[in-house]
Amino acid sequence: MRNPFRTSAWPPYAVGAAIGVLSWITFGLMDKALGTSTSIVNAAGVIVGAVAPEHVKANAYLAKHVVKSPPFDWQTALDLALVAGAALAGWLAIKPGERSRVEHVPSEWAARFGPSRGLRYAGAFVGGLILIFGARLAGGCTSGHGISGGLQLALSSWTFIVALFGAGIASAFLIYRTGRRAPVVGASGGL
Amino acid sequence: MYESGFFAPWAQLVTGALTGLVFGFLLQKARVTRPDVIVRQFLLKDFTVLKVMISAVVVGAVGIYAMLALGWIDGLQVKNAALLGNAVGGAIFGVGMAVLGLCPGTGLAAIGDGQRDAIPGVLGMLTGGYLYALAHPWLTEALVKPLDLGKATLATQTHLSPWWFIVGLAVLAGAGFFALERWESTRSPRSA
Repeated sequence: MRNPFRTSAWPPYAVGAAIGVLSWITFGLMDKALGTSTSIVNAAGVIVGAVAPEHVKANAYLAKHVVKSPPFDWQTALDLALVAGAALAGWLAIKPGERSRVEHVPSEWAARFGPSRGLRYAGAFVGGLILIFGARLAGGCTSGHGISGGLQLALSSWTFIVALFGAGIASAFLIYRTGRRAPVVGASGGL
Repeated sequence: MYESGFFAPWAQLVTGALTGLVFGFLLQKARVTRPDVIVRQFLLKDFTVLKVMISAVVVGAVGIYAMLALGWIDGLQVKNAALLGNAVGGAIFGVGMAVLGLCPGTGLAAIGDGQRDAIPGVLGMLTGGYLYALAHPWLTEALVKPLDLGKATLATQTHLSPWWFIVGLAVLAGAGFFALERWESTRSPRSA
C-alpha cells in the first residue's frame, strides 16, 4: 500500500470523518469550535487600525474584535496554519520530477470568462468580499456554521447551510451556465 | 489600542496552529482547495463538498453529543438562531462562494496549495470584513434582532432527543451517498 501522505487525494468521506474527529478534539481538549471567518475581521481591524486607530476604537464591531480582545487569537493561528497545512499536503504529494501545483484561473471560470488573470483576480476579490459580508451577517461561514454548527444541530447553522446551497446553486447556474463559451485549453498556464 | 493585548495566551496559539495545520492538510487532500471542485458542486457535477461536509457533521455530531452526555464537555457552542440574518447572510455567502469558488477556510488553504487567485480572494475577504463592520449597526437592527430565537438547536426547538436527528441524518446520508456513488459509477465508469 502506498504511503497515504504521498497520495494526491483522499476519499472525501475519509477526510470528512477526520474533520469530524478533529472537531471532537477542539471541543473536548481546547473548548473551541472550528471556525475561520471571525479572525478575518480581526485582521481587517488590525490593518485599518494601523492607519486609523481612532476609527477602529469608535466602531463597536471592530473594537469588539480588536480592542476588547486580543486580535491574534486561537482562530487567527488556525487561519494562518491552514495555509501551511495545505502547502505541506501538496508538497508531500509531489512525485519525482513534478513541480508543485500552481493555478491562476480555474477551468470553470476560464470556460465562461476566458483566460485573463486580471479578470479572474478581480472576480475573486469581489467574490471574497461578498462572502465575508454574508458570513459576518450570518454569524459564521462554512466552518463555523457548516461544520461546527451543523454538527451541534444548531438551528442557525442549518438555516445558513440551506440558504448557502440554495443561493450557491442558483448563482453558479446563472454565472457559469449562461452564454457558455467553448472551453479554453491551458487557461491556467498562460499569461 | 490593544486593551487586552495583541496576542492571546501562547497555549491557545499553539493549539490553534496545530488545528489549522491538520485542517489545512485535510482540505487539500479532499481537493476542496480548488475552485473548480466547489463550483462544480454548485453546478451539481461533483459532490465532493457535500460528501466532506456531511461526513464531518455526522461523525462530529456523534462525538460531541456523546461527550456532552458523558459530561466530558460542559455545553455546546451554538450561535444564536437569528433566522433572518442566518438566511440572508447564508444566501449572500452562497453568491460569493460561487463567484470565488472558495470559502474562508478553503480560501486560506488554497493559497498554500498554489491557487494564486485565492490571494486576491482573501484580500477581498479582508475588505468585506471591514465593510461589514461599517454596516453592522444598521444590519443588526434590520436583520439580526427581529427574529432571534437564541441558542436553539433542532433538538431544543422540537423537544426531541438530539439522537433522533443524528441517527436520522446518518441514515439519510448513508442511503444518499450509497445512491450517489452508484449513480456516479454508472455515469463515468472510470472516475475514482
